[in-house]
Amino acid sequence: MTGYGTGEIWAIIAILAVGTFLIRFSFVGLIGNRPMPDLVMRLLRYTPVAVLPGLVAPLVLWPAATGGDPDAVRLIAAGVALAVGLWTRAVIWSIVAGFMALYAGLGVAALLG
Amino acid sequence: MPAATSKSVYWQGVRAGGPFILVVVPFSLLFGVAATEAGLTLAQAMGFSVLVIAGGSQFAALQMMVDQAGIALVLLAALAVNLRMAMYSASLAPYLGTAPLWQRAVVAYTLFDQTYLASITAYDAQPAMSIRDRFDYFMGVATPITPVWCAMTAVGALAGTAIPPAAALDFALPITFLAMVAPMLRSLPHLAAAGTSAVVALVLNGLPAGTGLLIASACAMAVGVLVEKRT
Repeated sequence: MTGYGTGEIWAIIAILAVGTFLIRFSFVGLIGNRPMPDLVMRLLRYTPVAVLPGLVAPLVLWPAATGGDPDAVRLIAAGVALAVGLWTRAVIWSIVAGFMALYAGLGVAALLG
Repeated sequence: MPAATSKSVYWQGVRAGGPFILVVVPFSLLFGVAATEAGLTLAQAMGFSVLVIAGGSQFAALQMMVDQAGIALVLLAALAVNLRMAMYSASLAPYLGTAPLWQRAVVAYTLFDQTYLASITAYDAQPAMSIRDRFDYFMGVATPITPVWCAMTAVGALAGTAIPPAAALDFALPITFLAMVAPMLRSLPHLAAAGTSAVVALVLNGLPAGTGLLIASACAMAVGVLVEKRT
């Protein structure tokens, strides 16, 4: 990465740090305890389920590791993590199961390939 | 839990944050490795993890820098990835808005996907929690995650390319995000919102970094509320 000087890299880091903090601080810091309209509160209740699936869906379907091509092993691992999470309602078991499926799948793929 | 002391509330938070170490270790390790490969120094990699402390945007910035994008584009892409945290901030405001300013600043600094999700789940489940307990709980969740994030970035930057690609650390992030969201899909509106988010984000994947996700999230929240009204 030759295009950036040391000063430029630190400038990027500093601006990102300040900008990211301001994004995080925005509502909790500035709006404080002013009451928000009922509809806003109802919309906000869906924040986690509205953000995470959209974040994760492209990563599952078009993983960077395969150059963006769908990968059976990663699709299965994602499906296992989701299914175990739905079944056990426990984050930790879902993560463990997802990784086990991923490594088992990669192992099988290596043997076949 | 009205009888809980502030100390025990803090430890409840620590316990809720603990499993996320599994997520944070590979993700931060991978960032350290990627930063070194991209030509950043150890100090610069640490600068990202300690000061920016937002994995998705750190990777986005790194990718744009490797692609030799202009500085403005690097910043735009990385900040766009973090815009979802404005929604987290808004969603926490009713619970933490009356806390002292310094506490809200500390919460903002340690507001990531994991701390947000674990805390909002607890606040929802225990509406009687005091503001002070909510802050202590949040700090508890952040305690196991934050130092590990910074330390493992350093390990990754130092170990560099010694970690084989076969470890498939790239997929740690999707697995853990799925693990976080699956237990929340407990009602039809939540399921509908999640489905909308995934489909719209896939359709809009070609848009510049982060914008598709923002539109998908907004649609998903609206669908959640609409489905809630009909059921």
